[in-house]
Amino acid sequence: MSAPPDERPPVTVLQAPVRLDYTVTAGHHLSTYLRALADRKIVGGRCPECHKVYLPARGACPTCGVPADAPVEVADQGTVTTFCVIRIPFDAAPFPPPYVAVAILLDGADMPIFHLVRGIEPDAARMGMRVRAVWVPDDQLGPTLASIRWFEATGEPDAPFEAIASHL
Amino acid sequence: MDTDVLSAPYVLEYTYQRSTGPVIGRFLTALRDARLEGVRTSAGKVLVPPLEYDPETGEATGDPVEVGQSGTVTTWSWVHAPRRFHPLDRPFAWALVKLDGADTAMLHAVDAGTPTVMATGMRVTARWRAERTGSIRDLECFVPAGGASR
Amino acid sequence: MRDVAIIAFAQLPSVRRDVTREEVELVQPVVAAALAQAHLRREDVGFTVSGSCDYLLGRPFSFVMALDAVAPWPPIHESHVEMDGAWALWEAWVRLQAGDIDTALIYAYGKSSLGDLPEVLVQQLDPYVVAPLGADAVGLAALQARALIDAGRVTERGLAELAAARRRQAADNPCAQRRAPRSADELLAEPYQVAPLRAHACPPISDGACAVVLAAGDTARRLVSSPAWIRGIDHRIEPHQLGMRDLTASPSTRLAAERAGALGGRFDLAELHAPFAHQEVILRDALGLDDGVAINPSGGALSANPMMVAGLARLGEAATRLMTGQGRRAVAHATSGPCLQHNLVCVLERDV
Repeated sequence: MSAPPDERPPVTVLQAPVRLDYTVTAGHHLSTYLRALADRKIVGGRCPECHKVYLPARGACPTCGVPADAPVEVADQGTVTTFCVIRIPFDAAPFPPPYVAVAILLDGADMPIFHLVRGIEPDAARMGMRVRAVWVPDDQLGPTLASIRWFEATGEPDAPFEAIASHL
Repeated sequence: MDTDVLSAPYVLEYTYQRSTGPVIGRFLTALRDARLEGVRTSAGKVLVPPLEYDPETGEATGDPVEVGQSGTVTTWSWVHAPRRFHPLDRPFAWALVKLDGADTAMLHAVDAGTPTVMATGMRVTARWRAERTGSIRDLECFVPAGGASR
Repeated sequence: MRDVAIIAFAQLPSVRRDVTREEVELVQPVVAAALAQAHLRREDVGFTVSGSCDYLLGRPFSFVMALDAVAPWPPIHESHVEMDGAWALWEAWVRLQAGDIDTALIYAYGKSSLGDLPEVLVQQLDPYVVAPLGADAVGLAALQARALIDAGRVTERGLAELAAARRRQAADNPCAQRRAPRSADELLAEPYQVAPLRAHACPPISDGACAVVLAAGDTARRLVSSPAWIRGIDHRIEPHQLGMRDLTASPSTRLAAERAGALGGRFDLAELHAPFAHQEVILRDALGLDDGVAINPSGGALSANPMMVAGLARLGEAATRLMTGQGRRAVAHATSGPCLQHNLVCVLERDV
């Protein structure tokens, strides 16, 4: 039971929550990329004009303005272009901090993807580091980037800065 | 080709809290008290719901004015299939209601039971919720004057 | 004033649900087609501006996703309005008046199929005393239709006849969504959506996109043989509270028309953005159009209504007809907000 009206302070705030329900669709290009992940494949798209390979394929190359969607499978290993170390815990954190988030230029691609690197000390993360995908077991594969659990160091020598300089 | 495309449910939610400001705050406070209040403009017009500024002059509006609990329907439409976010869960009318003492009409629902009861120019009166929180929904709806339909 | 013309228009066919295309995939084909019509390369465009609405896609800053379609690298001169693309065209027209650039690309896209459109449109209402009621766009438009019927200006049969006529016109428009012919009697047999509006008097829910190219003066003459010159353009808005407006009239359309030089002139055709059938009656009266003017030869928004696109498409449809010799003078109109709250009027003319 609410209090008698005159005892409550005047209204100064209105609760105005917004809730909207959507069914989002991934579109043709993103769907192709996501479905390939369920088969342990990483498939991008090549621009017919500048020949850059985008992950996922794009409805338009940002330089040329034409669809960049000629299918290209790229490697599941690549080079760390940049990274950061998460040290502050938050609700959606996938692991207890500290952990390392990276941008990875997969071999054969011209645009980095974002993921996590595990199995190294945070202080060991560095630009140019070579990493490879650690996939989930077969029964957990699905049309999602979560099919890759994380990346791990390959142990190869670091790539030279020139290899990533134009992808930062 | 459509079958190639993935889809997923997605919910967008914002937990906005809006500052009412003094004019709307006063209107909502009155609703909580089961009263209807407008504001008077410098030309003497009574705006319900109230606005902070007179749309005709841009001047700040003046004193609050209590208006009647009943009014006249200026136009209406009939909702056969209410949606989940509508004020009533049974067929109802949207109506613009010019309350007694007001110069503008306010939008709300009319619980009339059947569209045959509805007519432009008909009289309606407010039906209040028992639990009121300071919201336009404290006014549950209007009902045809001289008897609710339920 | 500098002479500015519409020199190209391209659109996607409107469909109820286009699952294969995301933002950029809606925009890329119409931008490419409009630039090709205008004989322009991307790098020759002086200014790019778009119209769209994040709430439709449920994606904040969704217009950023579409930018790749206009190749924004190296960086381009760009702007966006969270409105129908007709208002993007207005911004481009104003921008061209500055005189330092000669061309502008305008595009708009809308994908209503992802969410519940009536629910999404509640978000455009006053958030204090209207939106909490969940007042949906059809319910509000039906209030306006009733007021017009009560005023004796139209009947339910009249709305059905108007809708049947638009369907006949849409049959010739491959981009229209409602093209199957129906008689007024068939349409009147439909149940009410929100009385007095039946489905035929309400717009379809559409996914779509369109693009327009503007060019100034000699550039327009050089690029195409018959530019559709913008002789006047203006837009005006009314208060948001419906109870403070006369819903049976559109004084904002009237005033915009007066400022755009659209009153009292002779027009061969009019493209009016009337998502609901009765709104066409209100607009025709506000613009003072007589029976000699071909109204909505494209089928109008009753035949295809991609949100944020349908207004710009009216300007594009009218211009295309002039450029292809189907008339010399046209008036085009776009609207925004519930019950014709905000209205833009544009007078277009082809050289003799």
